[in-house]
Amino acid sequence: MVSRPGADPLNLWGNARGGSPVSTELQSRAYLTSRGTNANDGIGLSDVHRAYRDQRGTSVPALAGVCMHADHGELLAVVGPSGCGKTTLLELICGLQAPDRGLVECAPAALMAQRDLLLPWLSAVDNAALALRIAGRPREQARGRAGELFAELGLQGFERAHPHELSGGMRQRVAFLRTLLSGKPVLCLDEPFGALDAITRAEMQGWLGRALQREPRTVVLVTHDVEEAIVLADRVAVLSPRPGRVRAEIEVDLPHPRSRTDPAVIALREQALVALGMGNA
Amino acid sequence: MRRRVIDAAPALLLVLVLLGAWELYVDSGATSSSILPAPHTIAESLWGNAGLLGHNLAITAEEVVLGLGLALALGFALGVLIHLSPPLRRAFYPLTVGSQAVPIAVIAPLLVFLLGFGLLPKLIVIVLICFFPVVVTTVDGLAAVDPDQLKLLRTLDASRLQAFRFAELPAALPAAISGARIAVTVGVIGAYIAESQTATSGAYSGLGHEINADLSSLQTSRAYAAAVVLFAFAIACFYTLSGLERRLAPWANQSRGDIR
Repeated sequence: MVSRPGADPLNLWGNARGGSPVSTELQSRAYLTSRGTNANDGIGLSDVHRAYRDQRGTSVPALAGVCMHADHGELLAVVGPSGCGKTTLLELICGLQAPDRGLVECAPAALMAQRDLLLPWLSAVDNAALALRIAGRPREQARGRAGELFAELGLQGFERAHPHELSGGMRQRVAFLRTLLSGKPVLCLDEPFGALDAITRAEMQGWLGRALQREPRTVVLVTHDVEEAIVLADRVAVLSPRPGRVRAEIEVDLPHPRSRTDPAVIALREQALVALGMGNA
Repeated sequence: MRRRVIDAAPALLLVLVLLGAWELYVDSGATSSSILPAPHTIAESLWGNAGLLGHNLAITAEEVVLGLGLALALGFALGVLIHLSPPLRRAFYPLTVGSQAVPIAVIAPLLVFLLGFGLLPKLIVIVLICFFPVVVTTVDGLAAVDPDQLKLLRTLDASRLQAFRFAELPAALPAAISGARIAVTVGVIGAYIAESQTATSGAYSGLGHEINADLSSLQTSRAYAAAVVLFAFAIACFYTLSGLERRLAPWANQSRGDIR
């Protein structure tokens, strides 16, 4: 899709005419009736339907009757075949889209997209502190707050570096820090480690687990890596191919940190792969 | 320093070859020297008239620099307005495109009538010629901002204005300077047209005026010498703006091949 220039081509700020994937009027009406706030800082989706229009204008269902929930402090992983509507799901949780039908009850959520989306003209520390600047904090105060966390993430000494000077793993960490510093009770992570090499990914997974133990949040982690889901999550929701619906939910009641060679982890991984239709059982 | 010499060597070599061919062509007697002077005659004229050409260059340079600065500011502002407001876009864009096609000779008498013989009518001509590339590159730069970037800012509770400030404005600035880089070469031609079309008072009237006066009095080699000065000035302006763009947006040149 070629983005049409305009005041708000994606209708992210509400009142633009056109440019939204589905009729704006319908969308805003549905949005008002279907989005509630969840008092306990968790998320709840019940019977959520969402379709988008392709270039020919035909309606393509992305999600058909998704039900899922996560309580405060829980890490819910979502796995599914590619194109099953995982990204749509996160955008619904973050309030960037509204469901066509069904109910989305969510505490305020911050999104960490597949790409780090760091602003190239800001230094690492300014990127991490972006939410604080948007909230109106003075620049130095915002930098101070973000800078405190740099050492914990192994980013010390790179505060002033610009994104093009950082490695992929460091950029992801800065992007995660930016999401964390948004102060939102819910974090939506969209394949955060998908673009990294295997060694960096393993490091980042360990680091994410530790960061969340220090600062518990409700996390929705979308991933295509079943093993990653089992190692990190409290619960794994397995989505069906498009249109996506929850095919199975797997409780992961194992102590942290988990090893991927632990027989219990391997057993659960097999269970998830079977639910995805790829098991060798 | 040594690297710079090596970098410049191909351009210098090409110039030498072209000058050699030019010299041979004129020496062969195919044209008269009042139509095409030989390079060595132009060089003599350049040396002999250095003071006169220097003064005229100062006049023309002032016009180009001020005109380009104004075009950059106005073009950037118009580009932002066009981006932010679809109705303004529909109102202004066709006129902006059309402004490029207005033959300056048509409006020059009006400009002189309204604004007199000074710098101002010339600046308007240069701005009219230069601001279009700035508007186009600014609008394109603003439209090229990653939609996911805007979504991200939205989830961080940014207002529309904050999204503009953090994501769109910094992306558009180097784009606008890129437009000015394209504009500067036509801006030099614009200065020539402005000086030809609008009357002037004063002893020195700019290189464009000088060229026209020399051509009509058959001082062809001095006209060519003035053209050489304009030529060098345009190249210098282009590289100055390239340097400015690199300095303002060091990230922009990381992945993009740039003419240096």
